[in-house]
Amino acid sequence: MEPQLSWYLALSAVLFTIGMAGVIIKRNIIAMFMCIELMLNSVNLTFVAFASFFHDVTGQLFVFIVMTVAAAEAAVGLGIIIAIFRNRETLDVDEASILKL
Amino acid sequence: MLALLFILFGGLAIGCALAVVAQRNPLYSAISLIGVFISLACLYVMLAAPFIAAVQVIVYAGAIMVLVVFVIMLLNVEEEEHRRPRLRFLVPAAVVLAGVLIAEVAFILVTVQKSPALPGANTSDVGLTQSVGSALFTQYLLPFEITSILLLMAIVGAMTLARGGGLLPPRRGVNNAASDVASDGANGD
Repeated sequence: MEPQLSWYLALSAVLFTIGMAGVIIKRNIIAMFMCIELMLNSVNLTFVAFASFFHDVTGQLFVFIVMTVAAAEAAVGLGIIIAIFRNRETLDVDEASILKL
Repeated sequence: MLALLFILFGGLAIGCALAVVAQRNPLYSAISLIGVFISLACLYVMLAAPFIAAVQVIVYAGAIMVLVVFVIMLLNVEEEEHRRPRLRFLVPAAVVLAGVLIAEVAFILVTVQKSPALPGANTSDVGLTQSVGSALFTQYLLPFEITSILLLMAIVGAMTLARGGGLLPPRRGVNNAASDVASDGANGD
């Protein structure tokens, strides 16, 4: 039996939901960051599944661009995390509730 | 056969994703996240997208996760302890919201099942590097160039943020290992 398109969409939905729950539950800012990466990856799976089942290359180009945005987000986000840690000595997001560094 | 592979890699991805959320230590979460990325790369290969699978392993499991692990070790993060009772209600709220989201998507999937059958996968050259590259450099050249500008902005922003002094006020308080290493790296250049 061949995997259907809906299987991939269901798997992507489950992964996205786990990532979203992680963003809400976790307190460590690096763990929240990794959960966001998980959500981005689940969306990538949706793009690739649609591109494969519709025989259209556009979805894979979207995946390419999403990966680039994720790399930029990783660089800038980890820089912000280092700056926050340097000023506050903690990675708990509840401690960083004020925008002023 | 393909269904078995899908169940194998999909189950591996879901298990590793649950481990990402369940682990207290961020380093274990990072290792589990690498497992998710590898499983998704295998699924991309099953979906006849070898180029995306290779980029997934190289960029995500290689570059981004090395950066994350490097930062975790640089900051010497201890395990999460003493979770204060404040905001405790967010945990059941997250579970309830996740259940609602899953229910919504399940409803959509049940509805969409009535759509006409799609042609199966694995029968075209859509995922090959040649077709991806030709589409990327002809029809989608503008997004590609915008992507390069975005990466340049990210490089400048990351250097500005992670470097001590400059935009941010100089560090105060005790000298910890993290800020010493970071400022040494910035001054050494």
